[in-house]
Amino acid sequence: MTVEQVRADIQAYLKANWDPNLGLVEWRLKLMDSGWGMPHWPEKCYGRGLPLGMTSIVDEEFAKVGAVGVAKMGIRVLAAATILEHGTDHHKEKFLRGILTGEETWCQLFSEPGSGSDLAGAATRADLKDGKWIINGQKVWTTSAHHAHYGLLLARTDWDAVKHKGLSYFILDMHQPGVDVHQLKQMNGHASFNQVFLTDAVIEPEYQVAELGEGWKVATTTLMNERRGADSARKYDSASDQPERIYEEERAEIATVMAPYTWYPQRMGRVDMLVERAKALGKYDDPATRQEIAKVLTLAKSAEWTARRARAASAAGKPQGPEGSIGKLAASIVARAANLAHTTIAGPDAMLTGDDDGTEGVVAEILVSTPAISIAGGTDEIQRNIISERILKMPKEMRTDTDRPFRDVPRNQV
Amino acid sequence: MQFSFSEEQEEFRSMLRRFLEAKSPPSAVRTQMETDQGYDPEVWAALAGELGVTALHIPEEYGGAGFGVSELAIAAEEMGRALLCAPFFASTVMAATAIMNAGSYDQKRALLPDLASGEVIATLAAAEPGGGWAPDQIKMTATKAGDGCTLTGTKSYVLDGMNAGRIVIAANAPGGGIAFFTTLADGQGVSRAALKSMDPTRKLARIDFDAAPVELLGDAAAGAEAYAQTMDVMLTCLANEMNGGAERLREDALEYVSMRMQFGRSIASFQTTKHKAADMLLDVELSKAAGYSAASALDDDDPDARAVASMAKAAASEAYFQTAVHAVQMHGGIGFTFDNDTHLWFKRAKQSEAFLGDANLHRERMMQHWGTEA
Repeated sequence: MTVEQVRADIQAYLKANWDPNLGLVEWRLKLMDSGWGMPHWPEKCYGRGLPLGMTSIVDEEFAKVGAVGVAKMGIRVLAAATILEHGTDHHKEKFLRGILTGEETWCQLFSEPGSGSDLAGAATRADLKDGKWIINGQKVWTTSAHHAHYGLLLARTDWDAVKHKGLSYFILDMHQPGVDVHQLKQMNGHASFNQVFLTDAVIEPEYQVAELGEGWKVATTTLMNERRGADSARKYDSASDQPERIYEEERAEIATVMAPYTWYPQRMGRVDMLVERAKALGKYDDPATRQEIAKVLTLAKSAEWTARRARAASAAGKPQGPEGSIGKLAASIVARAANLAHTTIAGPDAMLTGDDDGTEGVVAEILVSTPAISIAGGTDEIQRNIISERILKMPKEMRTDTDRPFRDVPRNQV
Repeated sequence: MQFSFSEEQEEFRSMLRRFLEAKSPPSAVRTQMETDQGYDPEVWAALAGELGVTALHIPEEYGGAGFGVSELAIAAEEMGRALLCAPFFASTVMAATAIMNAGSYDQKRALLPDLASGEVIATLAAAEPGGGWAPDQIKMTATKAGDGCTLTGTKSYVLDGMNAGRIVIAANAPGGGIAFFTTLADGQGVSRAALKSMDPTRKLARIDFDAAPVELLGDAAAGAEAYAQTMDVMLTCLANEMNGGAERLREDALEYVSMRMQFGRSIASFQTTKHKAADMLLDVELSKAAGYSAASALDDDDPDARAVASMAKAAASEAYFQTAVHAVQMHGGIGFTFDNDTHLWFKRAKQSEAFLGDANLHRERMMQHWGTEA
């Protein structure tokens, strides 16, 4: 298939089939049958087997006519990628449809109170009793768990094996008595995450994914897709504001998925607001304030250009340099610096919040949200380990937790 | 300057710490911060009565205990450590100091005893919306009306403004120059509105004056110096209060990392954690040294006292917030949750950074007064 052929095919398909007056699920089912919803997926699984590089052509053509795609936001894409790579035919048949139509939502049950940076230290147990897996433990930082139908679960099945070999991977039906979901309120007042308490939750053996003890390997697939898709899964785009039925349904879907993330732009520090705020508050000519803003802009622009250099190198097929790995740590430094600059600009208004702070609480939210950037998705400390050990090839930290049965590894009892 | 506390001062600190550990644990802070009033009148009565902290630095002839800024700063430090929700800073540190520095003998005799006993809560209204606490940012100007004055305009960020029965106002005298005025909070032409405070443990208000009759405190010609002296005491106490909070955060974070295991070992055993803990100790101890020295310099009438007061506030602004950022980080994800107590101090750190002027402002004020007669 050439680029031109793909473009002609998708144009013809959309011309013949796209209709914004269809229902969202109705249209997505058609799309799935055609394979144009996930064109890089295999033909027998709602795809067309196109190379990943060609999907951007399809996306472009969808955008041209305003066509809605299959459901791709949230944890569902990670679930789909994991099931495609490691799932059985039964898993694919049972789950992929609901993922792509958007009718079923998913969550990721990996992190635990006792295993954050040390994700492979998961201590949620899965015990086989009377032919069923019985799950006990606690998961945390679980977005969407309060409305998810299914969870991707990492649980320990062998306590005598070493840390990474005793974990197995399951698909958990969230709608059962043993699953108790509680929202976790953050210091900025939002509740984007949940804690999930698992008490004798039941999993039928057929919903184990891959072999026993291969849970870490499967989880790595999920996590790699999370990293790869971080941009697309958490787009801040809103749906089209067109009046047709399908757009209305898509807007409702996006609102539900995005609801926990309204504060996400603020946690990055909102560098974009600094100059405008300084002008509005008469601080733009103050030399000390100008120095602070200039420092933040220098950091933020350099970080942005570093990310662009990484993307350009990857597009040109060049081997990836260090620029691909420093982005997260740079973002954390930018967010901290922006917090301080916003405080300087706000002056005494930094003491206020809500509709009293002059920005409907946006600046107040920045001031109490930026610490998240240095923690979520890999702490600054872990990022520095990655940079020093993987990029700079410095000696690895001595490990004492990977060479012995997991039951002998010291850990906190939660 | 004194570089160590006397036995009496250490004893006072221990007594206050025991009291606050009992009366202001995080659970009590959380209860009070959810209320509009923001403090527990019973705890306030005990602080004023049993402990006499509201009388500390007020001279004995006005019903006070006659101690100095050093003792006042010890109280502030302990309250900052416990994140006490009470109008101590507004009434004792701000309003009483302003009256002490500006009022005539008769005015001090009339006003201070009720503040010393804690029966009246007062506050100081100085900054204006979008303005600040530097003298040139105070624009409100009194108007002559018969024998007295009236004030018109708005003051903002007023600490415990809704709780105060008496308000001291910093405004320009009719003939120019900053002076202090006072009125009852329910006086004619005075209206108040609560502001949404980013730090819920510290309640703020906006106060509108509409031709409100006010009493000039003392001699307007001496007002600028009285304002500067009052600011020196407020900055010194705020810096010490902030250092108390910073030290508490530092200790709690250290306790947490010592308990937390990851990768089969205590995270306190990782060098990155140890280095951060060492940096935190350095930040807090340096800032404490500046805070204590500012109090001692004020008590000694040291010519550099004004510069050191501003230095202490600038140092504390950076040390407290930096410590708060490190404390959240050392707790990891749990440190970002509402149920963990770190954010209570984090928000106080952030609010205190701006309160009474930020580090940039006070570094400038320090440079203007360093090496000159105060």
